[in-house]
Formats: sequence, C-alpha cells, structure tokens
Amino acid sequence: MSLITSTSPHATVKNNTGAFMRQVIYATLPGLAVLTWQFGWGSVINVLWAVIVALVSEALFLKARGRNIAFYLKDYSAVVTAVLLGLALPPTAPWWLTLIGVSFAIIVAKQLYGGLGMNPFNPAMVGYVLLLISFPVAMTQWLAPGEPLSFVQSWQLFTGQLPVDGLSGATPLDTFRTVQSSATDTANALANQGILHGQFAGLGWEWVNLAFLLGGLYLISRKIITWHIPVGFLAGLGLPALLAWLIDPVRFADPLFQLFSGGAMLGAFFIATDPVSAATSRTGRLIYALLIGVLIWVIRSFGGYPDAVAFSVLLLNLSAPFIDYYTQPRTYGHKSSNRGVS
Amino acid sequence: MSQAQTNKTRKTRSVFARLTSGIRRPAKIHDFHGGIHPPEMKHLSNGTPITAGPLPQQLILPLNMHIGAPAKPLVAPGDKVLKGQMIAEPIGAVSAAIHAPTSGTVSAIGPRPIQHPSGMDAVCIVIDTDGEDQWIEHQGTIDYTEKSPAELVDLIRHAGIAGMGGAGFPTSIKVNLGDHQRVEQLIINAVECEPYITADDRLMRERAEQIITGIHILQYLLNPRRTLIGIEDNKPEAISAIKRACKGCDIEVRVVPTKYPSGGEKQLIQLLTGKEVASGQLPAQVGVVCQNVGTAYAIKRAVCDGEPLISRVTTLTGDGVSQPGNYEVLLGTPVRDLLAHGNLAGLDIGRLVMGGPMMGFTLHNPGVPVVKTTNCIIAASPEELPEPPPEQPCIRCGSCAEVCPANLLPQQLYWHAKNDDLEKAQHHNLMDCIECGACAYVCPSHIPLVQYYRYAKAEVRQQAADQVKADKARQRFEARQARIEQEQAEKEARRQARLEANRKKKEAGPTAASTVDVAALKQASLDASKAYKAAVKAAKAAEAEGADNLAELKAEADRLKAVADKAKAAVRDAKDGAPVAAAPAEDTVAKLKKQVGDASSAYKAAVKVAKAAEAEGADNVAELKAEADQLKAAADALKAELREAKTNAPASAAPVTQADPVAELKKQVGDASSAYKAAVKTAKQADEDGADNAADLRAEADRLKAVADQLKADLRDAKANAPASPAPVAPTASTAAAAEQPDPVAALKKQVGDASLAYKAAVKAAKQADEDGAGNAADLHSEAGRLKAIADQLKVELRDAKAAAPPTPKAAPATTATTDSPAVPEEQAPQSLAEVDPEQAAKRQKRLKGLKTAYNMAHKQYKEAHAAYERAERNETASADELQAMQGKIDKLKAKADNARDALDALVEEAKADIRAHTGKDLKTLKLEAARAESALADKQQELEQQRSSASEDTLEALSSELQALESETQIARKALKQAVEEQGLAE
Repeated sequence: MSLITSTSPHATVKNNTGAFMRQVIYATLPGLAVLTWQFGWGSVINVLWAVIVALVSEALFLKARGRNIAFYLKDYSAVVTAVLLGLALPPTAPWWLTLIGVSFAIIVAKQLYGGLGMNPFNPAMVGYVLLLISFPVAMTQWLAPGEPLSFVQSWQLFTGQLPVDGLSGATPLDTFRTVQSSATDTANALANQGILHGQFAGLGWEWVNLAFLLGGLYLISRKIITWHIPVGFLAGLGLPALLAWLIDPVRFADPLFQLFSGGAMLGAFFIATDPVSAATSRTGRLIYALLIGVLIWVIRSFGGYPDAVAFSVLLLNLSAPFIDYYTQPRTYGHKSSNRGVS
Repeated sequence: MSQAQTNKTRKTRSVFARLTSGIRRPAKIHDFHGGIHPPEMKHLSNGTPITAGPLPQQLILPLNMHIGAPAKPLVAPGDKVLKGQMIAEPIGAVSAAIHAPTSGTVSAIGPRPIQHPSGMDAVCIVIDTDGEDQWIEHQGTIDYTEKSPAELVDLIRHAGIAGMGGAGFPTSIKVNLGDHQRVEQLIINAVECEPYITADDRLMRERAEQIITGIHILQYLLNPRRTLIGIEDNKPEAISAIKRACKGCDIEVRVVPTKYPSGGEKQLIQLLTGKEVASGQLPAQVGVVCQNVGTAYAIKRAVCDGEPLISRVTTLTGDGVSQPGNYEVLLGTPVRDLLAHGNLAGLDIGRLVMGGPMMGFTLHNPGVPVVKTTNCIIAASPEELPEPPPEQPCIRCGSCAEVCPANLLPQQLYWHAKNDDLEKAQHHNLMDCIECGACAYVCPSHIPLVQYYRYAKAEVRQQAADQVKADKARQRFEARQARIEQEQAEKEARRQARLEANRKKKEAGPTAASTVDVAALKQASLDASKAYKAAVKAAKAAEAEGADNLAELKAEADRLKAVADKAKAAVRDAKDGAPVAAAPAEDTVAKLKKQVGDASSAYKAAVKVAKAAEAEGADNVAELKAEADQLKAAADALKAELREAKTNAPASAAPVTQADPVAELKKQVGDASSAYKAAVKTAKQADEDGADNAADLRAEADRLKAVADQLKADLRDAKANAPASPAPVAPTASTAAAAEQPDPVAALKKQVGDASLAYKAAVKAAKQADEDGAGNAADLHSEAGRLKAIADQLKVELRDAKAAAPPTPKAAPATTATTDSPAVPEEQAPQSLAEVDPEQAAKRQKRLKGLKTAYNMAHKQYKEAHAAYERAERNETASADELQAMQGKIDKLKAKADNARDALDALVEEAKADIRAHTGKDLKTLKLEAARAESALADKQQELEQQRSSASEDTLEALSSELQALESETQIARKALKQAVEEQGLAE
C-alpha cells in the first residue's frame, strides 16, 4: 500500500480561501440591491464589468509571472476587489473609468507586489483613489437617490452614449460640505436642503448603508470577519461625531448622519476588514479601525473631500505593520506581551 | 415583619453558608485561549471493550521508546528470554528499562524502522516469540507504603515506565523531585482530547480501581496538597467510573469542556488551577506534577503486581479497519500485525497515523512497532483523511491566532519563519509553540503551519548550538593565543636572562679575582714549564758538549722544574679552590691530584737524576733507579687513589663535580704524556749512551705511553659523557663548570706544546743518530713520526676543545630556564648544547673532517706498520728485538687509530645531540608523541562511533570537532617525527 506521509495535523477544516472570499461577495448583495433600487442598474453593470476586467488582468499577470492561473483565480480575491471597487464607483461611471481603476488595482496594487497576501495596500482603495484624483468630476457624479435610471439609460451612461451632466446630482455629503463651507447659518441652510434628510440620515443613503450593515453582520455571523474592525471603525467615526455634535450641533453633522451616509458601512464591514492590508492582532485591529473612523470624521468635517473612506484606509494600511508590532498578545507563560520590533 | 426578618436571616445565613461551603465546592474550571473542536470520531472505538492484542511472531523493541538515553541491552542474539525479563537496562539519569513482552528468543539486535516522523531506523532488540508467553518469576508488593519512596522510584525506573500520554518522559524522574520541591497539585491527565483516541477512556471505564491505586502510589511519592483528575465531558462513563472508584478519598475529579488541546499539559494546568507555566520552565516550578492516567495504571501494575511495562492499551481505529477497538498490545508488536488483528478492511488505507490526527505522525512502513507512547493507530481511508490541499497564500485572516492555545500570532510566525527571519520569529515567541496543530487545522489556505514552526525551531536550536560552538571555539582560540603569547614572553625572558648572564660574566671576567688568578697562574705555569724545558735542553746540550757546569745547569733545571710544578699546583688550586671551595669531596680530589702531580714530578726528577748519573757513570745509578722506581710506584699508587676518589666524588658529592672529571682527566693525560715523553727521552739517551738498561727504559716508556693513551681514551669518554649526562645544574654550579671549561683548552695547549717539543727533540735525536750512523736511526725516525702524529692529534683535540668551550657558558641559563617545564626533562641536557649557530655547525663539520682524516691516517699508518712487521718477519731481516719493537709500534698505532675512531664517534654523538636540541625533542620523544596522538585519535573516533546513536547533536558536534583537533595534532606529530628522522639521517 502506498501511504501518505505528511506532518501533523492530519485533519483540517473543509474550508478554503476561495470560500472565504465568496462569502464576502455574497454579503455585498444586499447593498448592491439597494444601490440598484435607489440609483438604477449602473452599479450592477459596474460590478460585472469590473469583475471581467479584474479576472482578465489577474490572468494576464499570473501568466506573466508563471503561476498556475486557474488555481489562483479560484481564490476569488480578484473578484472581491472588483466587486468592492464596482460598488464604490458612482453608477454613472463610464466603462473606461472602471477599466482603469480595476486594472490598476489588480496589476499595480496587487500583482506587482506579489499577488494575494503580499499587497500592503487595499487594492480596491488604491484604484478608487487613483480615479478620484485623476478624474474628480466623473467620480463625483452621483444620481439623485430614489429616481433609478432604466437599464437602457444606465447602459448608455456606461458606454458614454448619454451625457451624464443632466442626470447627476449632489450626494448628502456633498451638500453638507457645500452648506458647511458657504453658509454662516448651517442649520438654516440644512433645513432647506431636503436631500440631507431621510428617515434618520441622508436621503437614500441610509438604506444603502443599512444594507451593507446587514451584509457585514452576516460576515461576522459566519466568522469571516471578527467584530473588532467594524466596531472600531464605527466607534472611531461615531464617537467624535457625537461629541462634536453635542458641543456644536450647528456646525457638525449628527452621528447617525455620519454613520449612515457615504461609504461608512461599506468601509466598516468590507473595506477596512481586508485582512491582508489590515493589522492582524485583535487589539491591533481595534486600534487600526478606530483610527480609520476618526480620520474619516476629521476629513469629512474639516477636509476638502466630502467622503474619506479610501484615504483613511490607505493611510492606516501604512501604519498596520507598526501597529502590529506594538499590539502583540501576551503569550501563554509570559508575564507581559512583547513590544516593538525585535 | 417577622417573616421579613426571617427572610433576611435566611439570606444572611445562605450567604455565609455559601462562603464557607465555597471551600468544599468544586473549584472553578478556568479557560485557555483558543482551541478548536474537530470532529471527535471517538464513537468508532469507544464502545469496544479492551481485548488482548495479537501475539505476533516477532516483537521489535526499540532501545529508545522514551525521551532520554537509550537503554543498554542485557541480552545477546540467541538468548532465551521470559516474559517480563529485563532485556535492556536504563543508562544515565533520564532513561527507562525494557522488558521482554513475551517469552521467546532474541534473534537480532540491530537497526529497524521505528516510530520516527522522518522514518528513521534505530537499534532494536528483536524477539522471536515462542507462543508460550511464559512469565519470569515476579512478585508484587502488597503494601507499597512499606517501601521507601526511593525504593519505589527505583522500582518504577526498572519497570521501564515512561509517560504514556505521548511524550514518553521517564516517570522515575517526574516522581523524584526531591524534598525541596513542594507539590501543590498532582494532576492526572485523563482528558484525551485528540479525536479518535479512546484508550484512556476505556481504561478508566474498565480499570478505574487500579488507576486509583496507581494515583495513590503517586500521592505517596509526591505528597501533593491536592490531587486532581481532569477528564473531558465527552466521556461520561469514564467520569462516573472514576468518581465511583475514588469515592471517599482525597482525589478530586474535574470535568473540563471538550476542546482541543485541553489535554496539553500546560493547557490542563491552566484549566484546573488557573496557573501558567512560565515560558521555558517545567510544571514542577509552579508546584504542579502532571501524570497521564495510563502511567498511573502502569505504576500500579509495576508496584502492586510486579509486572513491568510490557504492554499498553492502544486504540486501533479509522475507516481502514473493520473492527476498530481498543487492544492491550504487547510493546514491540509491529503495526502490521495489529492491523491484521483488527481486520484490515482492504487496500484503501490512505494514511497510517500513529497517535492522534492532530499531533500524531504518519508511518511510512507498517512494520514499525508499537511502543510505550503509542496510544492510537489510525488506519484512515483517503476519503477520511485526504491528502492535504495545495497551500494557498496567507491572507492574514487571523483564524490561526483565534485558536492558538498559546496565544501566539501564528500568521506572523509563519511570515517570519518563511522568510528565515528567525530573530523576529523568536520575538514573536516561536519557542512557546506547542505544535498542537490547531492553527494549521483552521487555516483556510491549508498552510502546513506546524511544519514551518518546526523548521524555524530547529533552525533556532541549530543557531544556538552553532553559537555555543563558536563561543567555545573562540574561547579555545583565545586561550591558545594567550598561551602562545605567554610562551613567547617566557622565551624572550629566558633569552634576556641569558644575554644578561653572558654580559655579567663578561663584565665579571676581568674583575673576578679567581678567574684572573687562574689565567695569570696558567700563564705563569706555562712560562715556568717553558723555562724548565729550555733549561733541560741547555743541560742536555751541555752534557753532550761535556761542559763543566753540567751539574749547575741540572740544578737550575730542577729548580725551574720545581717552580713549574709549583705554578701548576697553584693553577690547579686556583681552579679547584675558587669556585668549589665548599665541596669537601672536591678538596680531597684536588689534594690527591696535587700529590699525584708532585709524586710524578719527583719521580721524573729522580729518573732524570738517575739518567744523569748513569751518563756520568756514577756508582749510585742503581740506587737512584731504585729510588725512581719507588717514586714511580708511589706516584702510581696516588694516581690509583685519585682515580678512585674521582669515581667516588661525582656520585657522593654535589652535582657540581660533573664537569670536573674531564678537567682532571685532561690533567692526568697531560701528566702521563709528559711522563711518557720523559721516559722516551731517557730511553733514547740511554740508547745513545749504549746503556744496559736502555731496553728496560724503553719498555717503561711504552708502559707510560699505554697509561697515557688509556687516560686519553678516558678523557674522551668523559668528554662525550659530560654534556649528555642529565645535569640538574644550579646556576652557581653552571658558572663553576663554565669557569672550568677554558682550562682543558689551556691544558691541551700545553700538551700540544709539549708534544711539539718532544717531536722536535725526537727529530733532532734522529738526525744526530743519522749523522752518527747509529743503528737505531730508523727507529728514531719512526718514533719522531709517531710523535708528530700525536702532536697533530693533540692539535686537533685542542681545536675541538676550543670549539666546544664557547657554548658551555651559554648553557647555564638555558638549563635553568628549561627546568621550569617538567614535561620534557630529558630535553634539558641536549638543550644545554642547543642554540647552535650555523657557524658552530660549520666548525663541527670541519672537526668531523679533521677527525676522519686523523683516523684514516692512523689507520693507514697502522696498516703500513703491520705490513712492515710482517715483511720483516717473513724475510727475517730484523732481529727479535726489532720485531718486538715493531710489534709495540703496531699496537700503538692500532690504539691510536682506535682512539681516533672513538673521538669521531663521540663527535657524531655530539652532533646528534645538537640536532635533538635543535628540534627541541629527541627522536624517541617524537615517536612517543606521535604514537600517543594516534592512539588518542583512535580513542576519540571510537567514542564518537559509540555516541553517534545515542548522544545529542550538540555532543556529537563537540566530539567531531575534538576529533578534528586530534587529527591535526597527529599530523603535526607525524610531520615532526619525519623531519627529525630526515635530519638525523643526514647527520649520520
């Protein structure tokens, strides 16, 4: 008989990285559904196109690097990157915008660093920031919520046959930014801007964020992610917002508005939780996420950009190894945990 | 109101009751970080009672079933063994005995595949079973408390009991902690947390009473404050069985939740006590001793039943066997036989695991035997334990960190291990990993994490070992460097001391009265001798002319002779007295010498007077001659006495006398030579005068010559011996010797002068005889030639002496210095001759050549003389007297040739000694050293061979480095020997 010789353990969970990634994709579906409900088919088209671009880019570079293409495509990591970036782009994005963003994310931010597990930055956010800086107009043209476009309209936008100018409108965060910087009486101005007021947060976006929160809770329940990063993220964003709003409710937006507008929930449960570029110890993850949240609130309240998930995540990606060195757990049999670099 | 009060009181009481009863309530079960819940798979075998395992045809018993030194076999192939007979005894502290699991014959002791993760072979005792299963006589202890703990520990050690849980640490060590170690908790590990394994479960269900007895023995040995049994809650039957068995005793049963790896020693300690065993320490250091439940059972069997550890309960399970179950398997049973016993289901075994699925290892060969630690054999189908999926990239998901019971960051450890960044891996506490495999079990990327950690740990250990080795090497190097420096410094100091001594001597030379005196006296003595000789000549000339003032001249000559003698005596006194006044033995010798000298001169004077009288035809010639003879006899007697004194002196007196014999002999030689010469002269004169007693005189002269030759030979011997003899010379003695050294030269010079004079006189006599047409002219000529040869030889000797003299003063400091090193005492003497500069070597070469020539010449002369004698005899041309004379001459020549030969040999010896001193060691020492080095090398090689199988890697490393060092040493010794042999060959 021919016997397998291997080292212990001889049993492993029936699980794999691909399954992990697929769970993440499934968890984004509620959010995608609400986006489609609020803004039309643009996001679905974006996501599908992004997935195609990602798979092709990944395959090309795996071939160039002499790797087993099928084996690595099956880990679904490229698909996750594509889906997240596709969700983050405005539904009005033309095909070339997605192409540039996704291919840059996969090729430069991921494969050039050595592929899955080796990238120091979140690839989707690298692609997003590239587009935001290079094409600020195209990246900020969101549609008015609650008035979804038909599939044909969306397709025409995607192919560039329909000019986006007449359709696009301001997001609640855009509006907030505008009134905050121009009006002396923010409260009055806000009262006039209907877009800011949905049931409990910005109109339309509150549902989008709720949907992503739902997907995130699913991920936690499936132990795909731990609670540390979302909780840290939301606390980092929500607590300063609450504090500032209590002090000066005229100048600062209320915490619910902060937590349920823009990419807050998507960032908290799907973006910041990318394990490859995040801190890795439990305490480290909490600190990492907390700082992302704080940074988002700071940029939203005082910075030049209406939203700041991508910037904050990338900045904290930079700090993750450093955080890890100072947040090692106390090992069994040791009086205290190790600190710093050896 | 009262109701409320009662309620309040009850409440208070219940709180109080709870507080007080809290002591009796089962203590809290703590938790440890992480852990996993793999499918338990225990249902496969936990319903089957323990049954006897197979009795295979062959049992294979590795000598190292435990941690520590392998046991030492007590049997040889062919020996009959009985069940329970000890077949290998424990060696060293950490070891355990091995017993024959059944009766049979030892068929082999040699390497067999064993239970090693890398499929290694190891030395095993192979027993061919005879099927009779016949026990050796054995006896248990009814009441173990009658035995002392030490006796029980020894019993456990010789029963071969080692941890049955998996590690196999010899139990005798763990139960023998010493008095200073207080055991707070004795923890019996009955957790059996690994999937599949049910051996302990069944053991507890079926033999709980015996286990409890074993625990009592452990309590007796360790005297713990509390005894806890930890059992996982997935074994309810075992829990109730144990609880029943220990009812009424002080053993507490603790049920822990099912979680892997709660059976890990550290995890169980944390679960039951909340204590953590500090990193790198043993549980005993926190007052805890852990023993496996199977070990407790084995202890009971050994102590109470007298049965050593020869079998164990092993779970045979997995899809691959149709009858999974628990078997009491004889140690050494090949897994193949056990599988057959459990009805191997078919060919579909994908993986054969010894131990559990989490920490066991795969077997590559089903012939591997069951050992003391084998708690489980899993024969799994490929579906059950499939081949591990290909490794995917780590995404740092952190699942591993969530389950790590040591609370490590396995994902970080993996990165550092993979990048060979051992420093960072250690910083992340790599060495605290218990290799439980929980991380690898949950890893979604199927990374064999444990393998990475094992690799990194091995690397770290290797680096540590290398570091230790490097440190040792550095220390060795530094020590060697220091030693060399010290040696250099010592050498330099010696050199300086020598230079200093030389300088001082030089300075002291002109100022020291004794030395000056000796030199001056010598000169005076020489002058006096010369004057005396001149006077004698003048007297002779006057005699020949028949001058009137003959008597006057003779008197003058006598006076001069007396002066010369006095001077000589003074020189001798100065020489002997100055440096060695303290030695009384020396004094007698010196005195005797003087007496001898005086006697000789008196005798000579008498002879002369007699001759003169004879020449004058005086009446009292006979009387005078008789007197001369008498004097001669007295001189001889004195000489004999002197010789005796001298031979006694060196032995009895201080080593100071070492150098003296040579000088004395030289003096004697000088005396003898002059006596002989005088005799010859007299004889010649008598011949000339046609005196009757000419023949007598000649014979006398010959006898004197022989004496002189003998003395010369003695002198040469003495010279040859003096430097070679071991002289533990004190510095003062050395200087004394040094002070005496120049003397022989002077004496020789005198001798040379005398010999030249004698030769010249002989030539003159011969010429005169020619002129007179005397018959003995030819004889005289040959005599003259002979004298010339003597003179030449003396000259050569003088040269030798001169050459030899300078190095001697140098020798003194060198000798004192070398006495410091006791390792090579035999080197001292040669070293005193050492430090030969090339100039001296060249001189010796010249001397060698000179001696060779002298010898050749003498030999030729002897041959010629011999031939002449034979010719004369054949032709009958010569008279009987002439023939006799010729015979004497031949003898003389022969003696001379022999002497020359001796001198040559002595010189060669000296050269050898020099070479020895030059190379620092003599040939014999070198040979010895080479042999010693070689035998040391062989020993070390043997030791290495012996240790190879048993010792740790570190020891082996150390041994092999030692071996290398010895090898190089041997090579050096060989080289030195070869070089010395070559050098000596050249010299010879």
